[in-house]
Amino acid sequence: MNIEMKGINKAFGSNQVLKDAGFLLKDGEVHALMGENGAGKSTLMKILTGVYTRDAGTVLVDGKEVVYKSPQEAEKAGIVFIYQELNVLFDLTVEENLFMGKEITKAFGICDRKAMRKKAQEVMDKMGVNIPINAVMSDLSVGQQQMVEICKALMVDAKVLIMDEPTAALTQSETEGLFRLIKDLRKKGVSIVYISHRMEEIFELCDRITILRDGSYVGTENIKDINMDDIVRMMIGREIGERYPKREGVKIGDEVLCVENLTKNKVFENVNFRVHAGEVLGVSGLMGAGRTEIMHAIFGNLPYDSGRVLINGEAMEIRCARDAINAGIGFITEDRKTEGLLLEKSIAENIELANLGKVSSRSVLSKAKGKELVKKGIEEFHIKCFGPEHECSNLSGGNQQKVVIAKWVYTDPKVLILDEPTRGVDIGAKKEIYNVINDLAAKGVAIIMVSSELPEVLGMSDRIMVVHEGKVTGIIDAAQADQEKVMTLATGGTL
Amino acid sequence: MGNTATKSLNKKSWTSYLGEYGAFIALVLLVIVISIISPEFRTTGNFLNLLRQATFNGLIAFGMTCVILSDGIDLSVGSTLALSAVICAKLIMQGMPAIPAMLIALVAGTLLGVISGLLVTKGRLQPFIATLITMTAYRGLAMILTDGKPISNIAKSLEANGSSSFPFKLIGKGNFCNIPIPAILLIFALLVFFFVLNKTTFGRKIYATGSNAKCAKLVGVNISLTKIIVYAISGFMAALTGLILISRLDSAQPTLGDGYELDAIAAVALGGTSMSGGRGKITGTIAGVLIIAVLNNGMNLLEVSTYYQDVIKAAVILVAVLSDRKR
Repeated sequence: MNIEMKGINKAFGSNQVLKDAGFLLKDGEVHALMGENGAGKSTLMKILTGVYTRDAGTVLVDGKEVVYKSPQEAEKAGIVFIYQELNVLFDLTVEENLFMGKEITKAFGICDRKAMRKKAQEVMDKMGVNIPINAVMSDLSVGQQQMVEICKALMVDAKVLIMDEPTAALTQSETEGLFRLIKDLRKKGVSIVYISHRMEEIFELCDRITILRDGSYVGTENIKDINMDDIVRMMIGREIGERYPKREGVKIGDEVLCVENLTKNKVFENVNFRVHAGEVLGVSGLMGAGRTEIMHAIFGNLPYDSGRVLINGEAMEIRCARDAINAGIGFITEDRKTEGLLLEKSIAENIELANLGKVSSRSVLSKAKGKELVKKGIEEFHIKCFGPEHECSNLSGGNQQKVVIAKWVYTDPKVLILDEPTRGVDIGAKKEIYNVINDLAAKGVAIIMVSSELPEVLGMSDRIMVVHEGKVTGIIDAAQADQEKVMTLATGGTL
Repeated sequence: MGNTATKSLNKKSWTSYLGEYGAFIALVLLVIVISIISPEFRTTGNFLNLLRQATFNGLIAFGMTCVILSDGIDLSVGSTLALSAVICAKLIMQGMPAIPAMLIALVAGTLLGVISGLLVTKGRLQPFIATLITMTAYRGLAMILTDGKPISNIAKSLEANGSSSFPFKLIGKGNFCNIPIPAILLIFALLVFFFVLNKTTFGRKIYATGSNAKCAKLVGVNISLTKIIVYAISGFMAALTGLILISRLDSAQPTLGDGYELDAIAAVALGGTSMSGGRGKITGTIAGVLIIAVLNNGMNLLEVSTYYQDVIKAAVILVAVLSDRKR
């Protein structure tokens, strides 16, 4: 299927989101769509699939002009959009989710569960995923839920598949499975629009790339004829410099956090590690290896069976978040939308909530103190917003993350845990977050950075701890580490 | 893109103002219309009367606002009101002076609220179910305590025991500078709730709990404690309302306050508070309370049949809530 979008304009109120945007999708290609957050990638795709209406411009499918009035209409034509945000019904089973609205029925509309189960299993096998189809969605990991979403799209006979950051929550093996599948689909003549911030994936997978900037079309190139720097330049319109900024002259000081024999039955076992002042400890491992759970346990948010946590050599009783904060631990969780932010509240309220003690006296809020703190946060962390009252749901992913970081930094943590700090964040904001991490390290904060992006872990850490099935399989100096070594440890091998 | 967007966010559209102050606009319109139709309505005496009538629903609705903001609901307020009122009357009948009996009733109401809060937090029951249980239980207890019969002539009993009936009469029937004491209590409570919700760390915790409990918990907010306290507040307000009621009636019936929870929830909804918590204002609630009071009062003066009154009330709530919907 050929798709051509030309001169697309779209405004929400007085906010011009797309301005002469467009792109050309050929039959059977994997086409990357890149741009910073807010560049209009998702909006352009939502216009194609009838989620939004366009103000101006034409959409040609196989040379004929079309206007889809709803995603269902686009789906009937064979264009399927897999959204970045999970669109699943958490209380239902995998099978029920897969067939939602398109149940296979026998006479009188009675569901043919046998047939549905069979077809579901077929698709799962084809994808190479192993998720029980009668499992309830809420029991699955985020990565597994994402896979179900992708399977759901494959249930219909798609000719064009649009994927928005599909690998953001996938494990390495799940990602590999997805890539195999994408390549298979391409062979069968299915065209794929692939939206991602991960350069490595774009180069591995895509044939051509179109770049948008500030809602406008910048250019289309063959992947073979372009390199990473070119893409970044096209995306942000300027040079960005080093991808992972260096920490220069930061002295690694005394041990701040020590975790001893931390164990939780069937989740993690005998976890031992130390982090020093000014040090960045990268934590790598496959999805579901227990990395996040270990961090939650340290923070008092997940009870553990045995072991202890020491701060500055002193054993701490940490049973809830309040204890952890008092002990000097900050925790930027992996899911900023459900755990990191009060999305419907302002930047000010979010920053103040984590620092109520600082912005009040005797439990009464001080307007002046709050204003000062929030203003400082917005300036210090370069949060792009219209002011302290800007609602967080209207911020881009990168700026939301900066709010979360700001609110934690002001609690004056000695140890700051960052779980997937740059997930769903564009390149410019990523760099800013790396700079913040470096600044904090320079101030003597001990940093733990959990990340699924190997280049990030390798580029940012002093040491790297690798977790496999709840066990620490190795802690290596970043200087001696490479992708291969980390992956070997992450899959349970030894060096 | 940045510049155009700045404009759109800084300049609020008139519809967003309508959303924010919708309840007040509706209230003003309603007062104007009824004032034109009914001369009786626009007398000072009637306004004071109206304010007094609004007190019962108002005090309960303030507590209810806190509960709903924290992503809960309290169906037990009517029963809590009855049980604490009956406790007060019972104690007085047994010879206790007015002030200690009234204080015990307030403490009882608060504890009854704490029980609801414990069921929600420690018992992990959904607020609707938890307070449905306490609602039923408290009503039953009020019936058991009174044997289903009203306790009458409370003031007389106080005087017969040689203690003053003044504090008991004051709370419901008293006046200060010609303003009914209940109305003064309502205004005082409004100021306190406004202060707590907007100016204190506890207020922030209520909003945060209702907005995203997971996130609030991770920054150290004690979610369970916050919830228990809002139910306690709700119970206290119900008990206070109960005291005003029995003072006015000079009698405590176990059936007091039946259905009050629904009027309170209606007022909160009218005021634009989100039923899923996190968003809402106490000023909206007072507007909602006054709309309901003005409607009741106005329709009585205009001699609208009670059957029609309910339908009209429902229609007003529907229109107000629909117009309050943002975006």
